[in-house]
This record gives sequence, structure tokens and C-alpha cells, in this order.
Amino acid sequence: MISSGGSVPATQATEAAFAAADSPAAILIEKLSLWYGDFQALFDVDLRVRAGAITSLIGPSGCGKTTLLRSVNRINERLGYVRTTGSIRLWGLNVLDSTVELAQLRKQVGMVFQRPNPLPLSVRDNVLFGTRVHRPNERQPTRGESDRIVEKALREVLLWDELKDSLDRRGTELSLEQQQKLCIARLLPVKPKLLLMDEPCSALDPAGTEAVEELIWKLRGDYTILIVTHNMAQARRASEECVFMLLGEMIEHSDTASMFLNPANRKTADYIEGRYG
Amino acid sequence: MTHAADRRDLAWWIDRTMQVLVLAGGLSAIVFIAGIFLFITREGAGFVFDRFDFREFFFSPRWTPTSNHNPTYGALALIAGTASVTGLAMVVSVPFSLGAAIYIGEFATGRVRETLKVLVELLAAIPSVVWGFIGLSIMNPLIIQVFDVPVGLNVLNSGIILGLMAAPIMTTIAEDALKAVPDGYREAAEAMGATRWQVTFKVVLPAARNGLVAATLLGVGRGFGETMAVLMASGHSVNLPTSPFDSVRALTATIAAELGETAAGSDHYQALFTLGIFLFIVTFAINLAADVFVRGGRRKYRRRGRRPAASANP
Repeated sequence: MISSGGSVPATQATEAAFAAADSPAAILIEKLSLWYGDFQALFDVDLRVRAGAITSLIGPSGCGKTTLLRSVNRINERLGYVRTTGSIRLWGLNVLDSTVELAQLRKQVGMVFQRPNPLPLSVRDNVLFGTRVHRPNERQPTRGESDRIVEKALREVLLWDELKDSLDRRGTELSLEQQQKLCIARLLPVKPKLLLMDEPCSALDPAGTEAVEELIWKLRGDYTILIVTHNMAQARRASEECVFMLLGEMIEHSDTASMFLNPANRKTADYIEGRYG
Repeated sequence: MTHAADRRDLAWWIDRTMQVLVLAGGLSAIVFIAGIFLFITREGAGFVFDRFDFREFFFSPRWTPTSNHNPTYGALALIAGTASVTGLAMVVSVPFSLGAAIYIGEFATGRVRETLKVLVELLAAIPSVVWGFIGLSIMNPLIIQVFDVPVGLNVLNSGIILGLMAAPIMTTIAEDALKAVPDGYREAAEAMGATRWQVTFKVVLPAARNGLVAATLLGVGRGFGETMAVLMASGHSVNLPTSPFDSVRALTATIAAELGETAAGSDHYQALFTLGIFLFIVTFAINLAADVFVRGGRRKYRRRGRRPAASANP
């Protein structure tokens, strides 16, 4: 029942490829294998993520879902002993190419982490961090422009009314829910096309979880969202497509409703019914 | 047969003994610092109460304790000597040690990083008399040659030597401060596309600021208290320096050089202990300040995420 279709032409141009965002497949992963030193964490993963949709990655601990997510913006290369084969195409551009500039890639691909990690700066500087990083040589935005950027981003994540009078507070002093929303807000000013979220609600209380889930749901359409979750109920209510992984392999990918009602694979059914995981 | 619940076996006795021993170890630090302070205060007390002239001590550059007619105890030149050497040492060591700490902490990886850390620690272990020797026999002729000055034992020489001496310990402490910055900050900034330098400059250094200030202060404390290298490289002449090429004499070096030749209990002897009290107070204050900065830095991270959401609605 998966609705994404159409082949993506492989182009070499970086910016141009990102610009052609109306192609239906936002991410096209082919034969992706990944090793941490000698340990192989991903085995020939193929995955097509539809543009503008929320796709959730589910599976038991250690199944490679976070690894897969973290290889899309290549943040897992921070570890230094990671080796990858295969390809990950974002709107046609293979991000694993050695010519890809990580700064440019990560401008297009925002990431939200499991534990809210606002920078130890003011709320305002947190939101403006991306714009400052990505235009170091050009003219800095004026105070007025900055104010508009901050307001727009905070409005998008429904924080503006709460925080408009405390933009100088340190981001690290907010409540966890506010911190996580701020972590989403700070991605928006550089206009990413894809948001990667690694269990974004797992550090939050139920009210915070609900608020952040609502926010993520609101952002769909404007952004392609790939979200790792440990919480099947969350995947069910907060995503449109669902990918089930097990032991480093992609087992099943379908739209969320049909995966939970009528899983095609026996292993998926067992996991969803709670026989393991 | 019932087992006594309060049975004291060997493990119990060992546990008790070790607790007492480590308590004694911990308390000894307090005992020693109090003891040293009491000792130098007692030895210097006679001078402080009878002979001490505040204006002379702090504002007169005339340190002539051995004069037969009119011994004077003006410490200004000595304080200026110590301050100028320490100041120049900081100018030398802050860029070196910050650079080294940033490289080791943020850029170097694996083997390079471990090797450098070991080397820096080795550098910290070089005895100060060896540094003094380098100042005396290598720097001295070099300065005379390069700058065409008559004497190479001066503020410049001892400042450079002291700077190099203080750099390793400052590097180690500064690197600890960088290491204390949660890695989540770096990851967050990198995920937003910041380069390594942007991450370091915009995120890590501001977050580690307190620790870095503390590292610098401890370096200052180290420079203030250093004796042998300064004694050998500074020229050891009582002098208010007006240029880096002037010879000076440091407080510590004065005590080291003169104490052995004074009669115990004499004015001169007690005046040297007064210098000691002054040094003790200054280094104590510097270390205390450094400690306050380090704690300030730590508290910042502990606060992370703890506070409940303060209502922003008026």
C-alpha cells in the first residue's frame, strides 16, 4: 500500500539536488550496510521515505534504527570507527559521497535528540545558532531580522507565547518539554527539508510527550520527518508510514495503519503483539 | 545456636581501621595548612606588630635589611618583580596552554591525544631548577645576542621560563574544563552543521569559560609561588622594572636567598617571614578564586533541566 513511487535521477549537483524537493522520495537508501569497528549494525537496508510525510522507525533495542537515523546526517561518524557501504540519496544526492560537505548536508537535515540538548546559550541565541553558523562570511542579520527569525521559529513550535518575555534565559534552564521544543525550533531558521528525530519524547513526561507529538504532527507536510521511537503507541498515533527493523535488517515498511492492523511479516506481527522487544 | 547480629569479624575491623586511616589522611590537609600558617605567622609576628610599617612595606622599593645604619624593609620592588615576571609568564603561557588544551581536548584523537597528554604531564614534572638552568645557560646568552642588551637575566628571561613552566599544569586543568562540557552540546552543534572550530569557539569555550579562568588563575598562583627558576633567571637585583630587560628580584627568591643568612628571630628574619605571610595570603586568595570559578562552572551543568518551567505569563 505504500504510495511513494517514481524513480529518482541520480544527479551530482549538491544544492540543485536539494532544491528539487518535489520529488516524491525524500530519502532513498539502497544496500546500506554499516559497521562499528568489526560489529556490523546494518545489513543491506533498502528504504524509501516519502517526502512530506512522517515515517517512524520501530523495532527492539539494538535493531539498528537509531544507527540508520544517525547515518542520514552522518552524525554517527563522530565516533571515528564507523564504516558504511551502499548509498543514501536525499533528493537524488548521495550523502555518503566523499565530496559532500557535512555542513551543507546538516543544514538541510535537522536532528532532534533523545535527550533535549539546547546549547548553553540564551533561548534567542539557540534559535539563531544555525543562521550564524551558516553565514559566517556574509553580513549578519540586523537586530530586527533576528527578532523576526526568532519569533517565527518559536511560533512554529508553539513556544512564542510562553517565552517571548524570557528570550535571554538560558536554553538549559527551561523545562524539558520547552527544551525539546526549542531544539526543534532552532532547526527551522535554516530551512531544512528533512528532520531526523531520535526518540524525541522519551525524556519527557506524558504531558510533554503529548505536546511535542502534536507539534511534530503539525510540522508534517512542511518537512519530511523520520522519527525513531521505542513506543509503538506513539508510532501508531503519530506517524503516517512505519518501518519495522530487526537485528540490523529492514523487515517491513508500509503505511502505519496497515502495519498495525495487518502486518505482512510474521516477525512484525510478533513484535507488535509484544512477544519480544 | 544463634548468630550474633553484631558479630565483629575481620572484615568489620579492617573496614573500621581503614575508615579511621583515610579520615586521618583527609584531616591532615587541614592540619598541615593550619600548621604552616600558624608557623609563618608566629615567626613573622614580631615584625608585623613591632617594626611593621605599612607604608614602607607596600610603597617603598628600598629593601636594605642588611644595612648597618638604617635597615629598610620596603617590599614594593620585590612585589613588582614577582608581579612583572608572573604577568609576562601569563602572556606566554595562556596562548600556549589554551591552544594545547583545545587541540588535545577538541581536535586530537586516539594515539596523538594520549601521547600529547603524557608529554604534557612529563613537562609538568621537570624540576624547576632545570628550568632555571635553561634560563641561566641558554636563554641568557640568547637574549643578550638577540636584543643586544648587557644582561640576559631579566624579566623577559624569567617570564618566558616561568610561562613555559606554568603552561603544562594550565593545559591539564584547561583540558579538564573542556572535558567537563557535556558532549551533547558538541553533538547538537555539529548536527546543526557547525564546523569543529565553530563548535569549539561558539559552544565549548563559552561553556568552559569558568574552568578556563580557573586554569589561568592556578597558573598565576604557580607563577607567584615559584622560586628557584625565578631566582636563577631574573637577575635577582632589587629593582622597580621599567622594561622587560630590567633585572628584578622576586618575593620568593628573596626568602630563599636570604633566610639562611639571617639570625633567627632578628628583624630581618622576621621580615622575611612577613613576606611569606604575604605570599601565603595572595596564593590562598588566588586558589580560592580559582575554586569558586570551577564550582560556578560545575553548577551550570547541574542546573540543566532541573528547574521546573517558570511561568512566563505576567
